[in-house]
Amino acid sequence: MSYTVGDKTPEIRVTPDKYLPHRYAGASGDFNPIHIDKEFAQMVGLPNTILHGLWSLAQVQRAAIQAAGNDPTKVKTLSGQFRGMGQPEVEVVVTGEITTVEESGEAIIHLEAAQGDTRIIRNATAIIEP
Amino acid sequence: MAIKTDAVGKTYPPVEYVVGTEKIREYTAATFDDNPLSNDEDAAKAAGYAGLVAPPMFAVVFSSKAAVPAMFDPEVEMNFAMMVHGAQDFTFHKPVVAGDRITTTASVKSIEASGGKGFYVYTTESVNQNNETVVSADWTCIVRGVEA
Repeated sequence: MSYTVGDKTPEIRVTPDKYLPHRYAGASGDFNPIHIDKEFAQMVGLPNTILHGLWSLAQVQRAAIQAAGNDPTKVKTLSGQFRGMGQPEVEVVVTGEITTVEESGEAIIHLEAAQGDTRIIRNATAIIEP
Repeated sequence: MAIKTDAVGKTYPPVEYVVGTEKIREYTAATFDDNPLSNDEDAAKAAGYAGLVAPPMFAVVFSSKAAVPAMFDPEVEMNFAMMVHGAQDFTFHKPVVAGDRITTTASVKSIEASGGKGFYVYTTESVNQNNETVVSADWTCIVRGVEA
């Protein structure tokens, strides 16, 4: 694959259903009750259960994989910051853009994930191989 | 609460994990990842892999089993009630494939206070059965109400 600065990553739009955090808890092993127990979440001051940050980052990962010709083994790095709280039953939109193409052909992508005006993953960066 | 940094550099016992085909499928289903290499054994084998290729972030599944005990280490004294997962940083060195036997070692990379918050960074290093590093990760936890 060759990459071009300014190219956008394929847009990911996905709505996690009410029980998605339970399935992700089982798949990932992260059973922190703020993600799966509304009463517990409210007891610690949250409005409701919140999405796992690493689930949201996995949606960013999907955009990076698709940008790399749909080859998961071409994703060499992925990082991101968890800020706004992600909510179940609200559409997540992942956008990204290639900001640098190295001489080696590797591309650096900057991405983010948002629910409406709330950016739930900020300053995400991925490096993908040619 | 004053921050305690004694645990910086501490390394924890390695944790072994065997990557299973259905576990990869469970992870891809929960993350809506329909990539053929990670879901269809025939597609993975046609591409030259011994089995399903784990999505890069499947690393969460095996490396958290090493990272979480480090986070809960009483010697670190991280206040969970005030903690959020602040950031995550992965470097993927080699693909992870169903059947791989992955060994992950966690350590405390840094503990710093800044602006009334504590920044606890844990690192995990995962190697496969051939002793090749497959993924390294930094896990940043941010704790409110911490002074230098």
